[in-house]
Order: sequence, then C-alpha cells, then structure tokens
Amino acid sequence: MKHNGRFGDFGGFYVPEVLIPALEEIEQAFDRFRDDAQFKAELNELYANYAGRPSPLYFAKRFSEYAGFKVYIKREDLLHGGAHKINNTLGQGLLAKYMGKKKLIAETGAGQHGLATATVGALFGMETKIFMGSIDVERQSLNVHKMKLLGAEVIPVSGGTCTLKDAINDALRYWTAHVDDTFYLFGTAGGPHPYPTIVKYFQSPIGVEARQQCLKQIGRLPDIVTACVGGGSNAIGIFSAFIADKDVKLVGVEGGGKGIPTGQHCATLCVGTVGILHGARTYLLQDENGQVHETECISAGLDYPGVGPEHSYLKDIGRAHYVNVTDEAVLDTFLLFSRLEGILPALESTHALAWVVSQKGKLPADTTVVVNLSGRGDKDIGIVEQHRPLNK
Amino acid sequence: MESYRNIFGKLNRAALIPFFVIGDPDKKTSLELVKTAIDAGADILELGIPFSDPVADGPTVQKADIRALHAGMTPKKALDFVGKITAYKSIPIGLLVYYNLINHYGVEKFFMDFKAVGGTSVLVADVSIDNADEIAPLAQKAGLETVFMATPNASQERLKRIADKTTGFIYTVSLLGTTGERSSLSAAVKPLVAKLKKLTDKPVCVGFGISSAEHAAAVASAEADGVIIGSRIVKFIEDNPGRPDVMKQQIADFIRSVRQALEQVHR
Ligand SMILES: Cc1ncc(COP(=O)(O)O)c(C=O)c1O
Repeated sequence: MKHNGRFGDFGGFYVPEVLIPALEEIEQAFDRFRDDAQFKAELNELYANYAGRPSPLYFAKRFSEYAGFKVYIKREDLLHGGAHKINNTLGQGLLAKYMGKKKLIAETGAGQHGLATATVGALFGMETKIFMGSIDVERQSLNVHKMKLLGAEVIPVSGGTCTLKDAINDALRYWTAHVDDTFYLFGTAGGPHPYPTIVKYFQSPIGVEARQQCLKQIGRLPDIVTACVGGGSNAIGIFSAFIADKDVKLVGVEGGGKGIPTGQHCATLCVGTVGILHGARTYLLQDENGQVHETECISAGLDYPGVGPEHSYLKDIGRAHYVNVTDEAVLDTFLLFSRLEGILPALESTHALAWVVSQKGKLPADTTVVVNLSGRGDKDIGIVEQHRPLNK
Repeated sequence: MESYRNIFGKLNRAALIPFFVIGDPDKKTSLELVKTAIDAGADILELGIPFSDPVADGPTVQKADIRALHAGMTPKKALDFVGKITAYKSIPIGLLVYYNLINHYGVEKFFMDFKAVGGTSVLVADVSIDNADEIAPLAQKAGLETVFMATPNASQERLKRIADKTTGFIYTVSLLGTTGERSSLSAAVKPLVAKLKKLTDKPVCVGFGISSAEHAAAVASAEADGVIIGSRIVKFIEDNPGRPDVMKQQIADFIRSVRQALEQVHR
C-alpha cells in the first residue's frame, strides 16, 4: 500500500492478507483517477444532472424561530434516491467502471446505501449484490423491494447479530473469494484504508457547497456545523470543508438509543473505547474482553458499533465534538420539524436536528447553525407511526 | 518447546495440524476433543480464540466462534485452556487470533502470557506484514514465533517480504476466500507452494479448504511441510450437538485417516 491510511493513530488497514492486493488496486486507481480530467468531468456531470447537485442550503425560518437561533439546512434529502449516499456510490461506481470491474457488492443497514449502490449498478450496467442483515431485511422491507426493482440481488445475512456489522463481515468474506472481478463499494467513511479517504473525497461536495453557500447567502461562515454520525460519511462530507476554519464548531450526533445508561445505543464516540474492527483502528463499542457489542438505535442507518477513523481522530484532537440524542427526542423532533418546515427528515438526520432542539435557550439568537439533512424520511414513516401513531 | 524448524525438519512427512476454536462447543468438551486429536496423531495444533467478528472465517468457523462465546470463552480462559493442553502433552501450539482481542488485552502482555502457558506461535488474522511491526517485535520479545499468511494473489515481491517476516511457518492459503470446506482442492496450491519453496527455506504449511485425507495427501505431495485442517474438523462438532462421544469418535477416526494418508507421502 502506498499510503498508510492513518488519521493520527487511527485508521490503517487491518484485514486478512488476501484483501491487501484488492485494497492496493483500489488505492492505486483512486490516486490515478481522482485528478484525471475525464473522470472528474464525468463525475461532475453525474453529480449535477443525475444526482441533482448542488443541493440547496435552506434557511429554516419557522424551525429557527422555535429554536431561538438561525438554522440552515443542507438539503441532501433532495438528491436522487433521497440521501447523501448517492454522492459516494456515483464516485466509487465510476471508479469501479474506470478500473474495468463488472460487478459491485455492498453492505447496507437501513438499505439506503444498498439502494444507492443498486442505483449505480443499474446506471453503469453492473451486476450488483447487496449484503443486508436478516433483521434489517425485515425492518426495511420497502428498500429491499426497491433494490430488487433496480435489478440488485439482496443477500440476507444471518451470522452474528444479523445487522450492519455482520453484513460488512459477509461482504468482506464474499469479496475475498471474488476480488478478481468484483468491486466492494463501501458505504461509509469507515473500514480499511483507502475507504475512509475515498468516501470522504466523494462526500466532500456537501461541505464545499455548504461553505460557499454560507458565504454567499449569509455573508459569513456558520458558528456551528452539525451532522448525524453512523459510520460518519455525511458528517465527514460536510465537516471536511470547515476543518481549517477554527472558529466553526463541528458537532457530530450519534444514536443515544434508549439512553446511554441502558447500554442500548450506538454512541460509539461518546462512550466507546479504541479497538480494531473492519480494518480500522477506531472507537468501538466492545465488552471487557474486546468482543464487539450489539447496538441499538431507532434509526438503522446509525446502528453500528464502530465509526470512521477520522472522526476518532477529530474527537481526540478536540476539533470536533460528539454528542448523542435518544430515540424519544428523535421521534419528537421528527414530528416537530415535519410540521414546522414541511420536510420529512430521515431518522438518521433527525438526530442532528434533535441536538439543535436540545440547544434551544442555550445559544445566543445570532448563532448560525448549519444542519446536514442527510436524507429524507419517507423510508421511516412506518417506524414513526409505530411509536407515535397519528390516531391516538 | 522445540522450534518449528526442528519439528518440521525431523518429520520425514508433512505435519498434521488440526484447527479448533478454543471452547467449542464448551470448555470441557473442547478440551477433550483437542486431547483426542493429539492422541489420534496431530503433530502441531492450531487453536483459535473465538471473536464476535471473524472476517477471515467462513460459516463453519463463525458458528464455532458463536458456540464458544455463548459458552463463555474469553481470551483469559483461552490461555488457561492452552496451559491445560501443554500440560497434557508437550505439543507445539500456534494461536490464531483477531487483533482486537489481543489489543484489548494488551499485545505485549498477551504474548508473554501465551508463552508462559507453553504457546509456540501467533498468527493475527487481520494484521498483515504491512503492520508486522505492531506485533512481531513483541512476539519475539516474548519468545514466540510469528506466522503470516501467503495467498495466491500476492506478488512475488510480497511473498518474499512475507517469508522474511515469518519466523515460524508460512500459512499458505490455498484459495481466495475464507476458511471452509471445499469439495475439491484448489489448483492454486501446488504452484504457490512451489513458488514459496523457491523463495525461502522457511516451513510452508497449507490451510483453508482442506477437507479430506486425499486433499491432505495432495498437499503433502506438493512438498508442503504441513497441512492445516480446520472447518472439516469443526464440522464434526457442529453436526453432533450434545453428543461429545460421537464428536470424539469422528474426530479421532478422521485424524487417523489423514495421518495415514500423510505417512504414505514420503519426502
Ligand atoms: C439518511 C442517512 N443519514 C445518515 C446515515 C448514516 O451514515 P453516515 O454516518 O455514513 O453518514 C445513513 C445510513 O444509512 C442514512 O441513510
């Protein structure tokens, strides 16, 4: 491998030997094509005319009035597919195409990354297999159906906890046996090098646009930028453009689930300890023997016991702050925001909104906060109805 | 404990190396099964500590990990287990472990403790030679040998570096993929072993997918120094829940048949 893929002491590529040549091949291709004029032109064209970039930065007037300070929303929910995931899958999918790969595999939790991968699989005419925990297959049946409509094969994973981490395990296992013709399209800014770097790169338009939009629309940089953190791709996408702006506070919001004391959460950076999972040294939720925990969160897209290594680094150097909000707060905020703004937010993204709500009365009125609305909430209405039924 | 080099040097045939997950299906039965394997003719043991996320392993070993974890196996208890085996018989034990477990325990302390109970070598499944510096010096300091994997898709230059970092034996993976039984032996075995033999005089053992006495004999005729058999053996445990005597019988019969087959292939 040419680079060590480290963020401070975090990251790296701790994988079985058989995967090293495959990761090296991707690293090489990424190094070569990221600056290739034709690759960039093709990707930008897809971002603009297929995905719908740039996404707007919207001043949420009524939500701001409620919060007591100014809240701007980066509308990744308006992209094709309804989430930021398409930025990454278009980028990696195109990379796979330039590498001459014919097949894609991906893991998915909520189904959003699986859907975004199935989308580019169809777009580029590549055979696509999606690994998904069997529990997630059940609780996200609509997305499973959509992936199949797009021509992807959905492979339910029943090992371990039957959720995202096990889907990653099985995708990695499948990849070790099919590295010749298959590209593993990793869904978040985690996993072994070079994925954290690649995924950040393909998600960075979120931050680049948001920063420019702030300067143009507000005339200055925001005070706070906030995003939800599952594996950390949408958060690193928006944070990356602001990291050098030392006065901009970066807040990552994790899934507090049923509350930290219950142990049923996925607040990796808030309460985890450093370990090695899925190829990266990073914060993890693990027990006293180093076995990785089951996690729990109302939003399947955040339900992961690890986190992208760059977030671990940003936490340790104090550049970003990581907090968590509970399922209950998220459900309340989902309804509140929907009714104040006419936007159904994805439950993942609602975590960031719920943190904003928690700051009501604590921040001065001239504070400007940018929230990355990573996805739309149509996929979640069943879950919301379960917990907050309309006819009661 | 003798070095691997001496052990392989003394045998005039390929070494038989069965693999078990420590504590599968429970600590007591696991101990009996490993002893059975020793009595039936194992030359060296490869033992794994169960992990929640064993990405290098196929379904059979994954399930074994889950059984062992449910029965309460931990890295600390696994060390105690190794001590019981070496007290039963002085046999070289190679450990297969995932990095998070020993990182959590403290790598240096873990290696010291493993050496203290009579361990011979360590293979960390998710640490490649690129990160060997994180483990190899500590293993050496503890008096342990290192084992690294070599795969059919590695370049000549990489195979050379793998050989250089290895002090114990090279764990040659016979196919692209995870552990698991296969109905036929991968065609990649022979050329890969031959390539390694030309590159190095370190012992070369072959594992992954070796499922029968015939496979083992074929690997031995390819000049391998040892044959590692994992999933086929673990499967006897999976297939006979609650029947330790049947497990024992089947494992003993299988190991005897492999041993016999290996004895037919002289070097
Ligand atoms: C809408 C949305 N936001 C956020 C996430 C969390 O992922 P990440 O932390 O990589 O952005 C997901 C994951 O499925 C998602 O669907």
